[in-house]
Amino acid sequence: MATETVTLEGHIIDSLILAKVLDAILQRSGAFTINKMQVGATREDASSATIAVQADSPQRLAAILHAIQPHGAVVEHAADCTLEPAPKDGVLPDAFYATSHLRTQIRLNHQWLDVEAIEMDVAIRVTPDPPAARTVPMAEVKAGDLIVTGRTGVRVFPLERPKERDAFAFMAADVSSERPHHAMITDVARRMWLIRDNWQKAHTSGEAACGPGTKVLFVGGPAIIHAGGREALSWLIDSGFIHVLFCGNALAAHDMEASLFGTSLGYGLRAGCAVPHGHEHHLRTINRVRNAGSLTHAVESGLIRDGVIASCVHKHVDMVLAGSIRDDGPLPDVITDTRHAQTAMRAALPGVGLAVLVATTLHAIATGNCLPAKVPTVCVDINPAVPTKLSDRGSFQSIGLVMDAASFLRQLAQALGWER
Amino acid sequence: MPRFLVCPPDHFGIQYEINPWIRLSNAVDKDASQAQWQALTRVLEEDAGAKLERMTPVAGLPDLVFTANAGVLHDGTAVISRFRHPERRGEEKHFARWFSEHGYRVILLDKDYYFEGAGDLLGFSDIWFGGYRQRSDIKAHRVLSDVYGKEILPLELVASRFYHLDTCFCPLSNGELLYYPAAFDTYAQAAIADRVDARQRIVAPHAEAARFACNAVCVGRHVVLPSGCPETTAMLKDRGYTPHPLDLDQFLKSGGSAKCLTLALD
Repeated sequence: MATETVTLEGHIIDSLILAKVLDAILQRSGAFTINKMQVGATREDASSATIAVQADSPQRLAAILHAIQPHGAVVEHAADCTLEPAPKDGVLPDAFYATSHLRTQIRLNHQWLDVEAIEMDVAIRVTPDPPAARTVPMAEVKAGDLIVTGRTGVRVFPLERPKERDAFAFMAADVSSERPHHAMITDVARRMWLIRDNWQKAHTSGEAACGPGTKVLFVGGPAIIHAGGREALSWLIDSGFIHVLFCGNALAAHDMEASLFGTSLGYGLRAGCAVPHGHEHHLRTINRVRNAGSLTHAVESGLIRDGVIASCVHKHVDMVLAGSIRDDGPLPDVITDTRHAQTAMRAALPGVGLAVLVATTLHAIATGNCLPAKVPTVCVDINPAVPTKLSDRGSFQSIGLVMDAASFLRQLAQALGWER
Repeated sequence: MPRFLVCPPDHFGIQYEINPWIRLSNAVDKDASQAQWQALTRVLEEDAGAKLERMTPVAGLPDLVFTANAGVLHDGTAVISRFRHPERRGEEKHFARWFSEHGYRVILLDKDYYFEGAGDLLGFSDIWFGGYRQRSDIKAHRVLSDVYGKEILPLELVASRFYHLDTCFCPLSNGELLYYPAAFDTYAQAAIADRVDARQRIVAPHAEAARFACNAVCVGRHVVLPSGCPETTAMLKDRGYTPHPLDLDQFLKSGGSAKCLTLALD
């Protein structure tokens, strides 16, 4: 999609010049977004509009601009972005452009290019032939890479609201424990239905993905297991509603502990009380799974028979387990190098059309850091500070839901047909 | 007493083709043009009671006679035209000098903003209309709106024979308007209809608009217009105006008529 921003000033309303320009765009198969509109307070005062004009090709865009310029539409002055080579491996030029997670374009050789794989707090690396721009984390930059510096020739687009009229249509990081949960959970469920349909279409008939993406990303913490959400989450995975799982060592360890010992961090999940020597269960679980060599082998060998990890293995869910400094073990498949973990998370993101972050601060924020703002995101935690912190760290598109993880998962699963 | 700027047609003639009316082969009859111009000035001064200021004609500038294109004036400030066609740009400095010498504050537009004076900017006391697309740029109207603090509604001119607003749009006294809608695009027609009540609008018939019926000068209740426009003349009479049809066909050869030959100074 080619885009150019124009401004229109003067007595553009009563003269119908604004209407004429907008009609001219549509008549030439273009589209527009009025980014800013200022209406004169009196008849003598001029009005102004800043209009983003979009077309499906640079040629069509040029034809539209040619048609609207005689009516006063002025293309905003734009210059190419500035590029500087990275001084050494892992070091960006001092004035590097730091990204947001909003759709971003750079201007190169008089053409606007979309920055691929947009995420916040990284740099933009440009490859000249063919011209392309892609985000690059600081640590991955190589000496001599061409990096966008300054702000010239960079433009950021406001967040496009999803077309669906649901809770995500007004993406705003409102966090309230007093908001009715039911409507929001219904909206999350509806979106999961749509995405599962898309996933099935893409994997059976090879149809191109359309609408809200082909994958649901689930990011979870161990409280899901402690609180009793394991069954509901397993059902969601078994039913094909979740396609990517991000978690740490603990969720997997306690999920498999429950499978082996019926406990979570030593508490009997059914009896609800500490089991003698139960605190050792997760260590023994980790040890046995390490002996199995991998999560997949632990499941396929019959060691782990049920639960979240078993469902993920059975349904070929893309799992990224990122380690942390406090981990026991860790389990095999836990990525202990944080840079490698970030890379693995990024690799799993294309196609994600919904991110559900439940009961984890660390992984929710890490995920928010690499998600484009356009991905509808819901953050569920019993502690209002978690969704608040997520939005404070920049993921303003996330919707906060203050409730117990297990209750959320049960209600969500029930909304999707779970009969328990 | 209303004042107008005029310029005797001593050097008027056909020397280039810059609008669909002009043909180099269609030479001006010098004597006839002088006689027609004298008749126009006599009607304005004697019948309409106007005072005329006469510019000195300049050899090599045949269209200096069309003083409507000198610029636009309001509250002692003159914005000088910036002609689209290089053939007429020689006129700009003469108009600028005249206004300067007569006590006006003179403003020159950026050279990239074409604007052809009162030929493309007309209106009533509370609202002005600006013709654009053929000669003047819409951006110039934006600047003029700032200069004068006036609402200016740009109107797109879509017929090449009606290349200036004053060829198809003539504000009369009492808020009435004589105009030819087909010279405008549909948006402009709607904008005019929105701001000038239907009862106030007089539509010139096609055949008479093509004789420049709308290129008329209104002084109070007197309207000086080209001859050969009987329906327009009758409509004006019905509304209480005193029409003064004049043969100005020598000037029509150059795409101008009564209004083009005058510039209201107040």
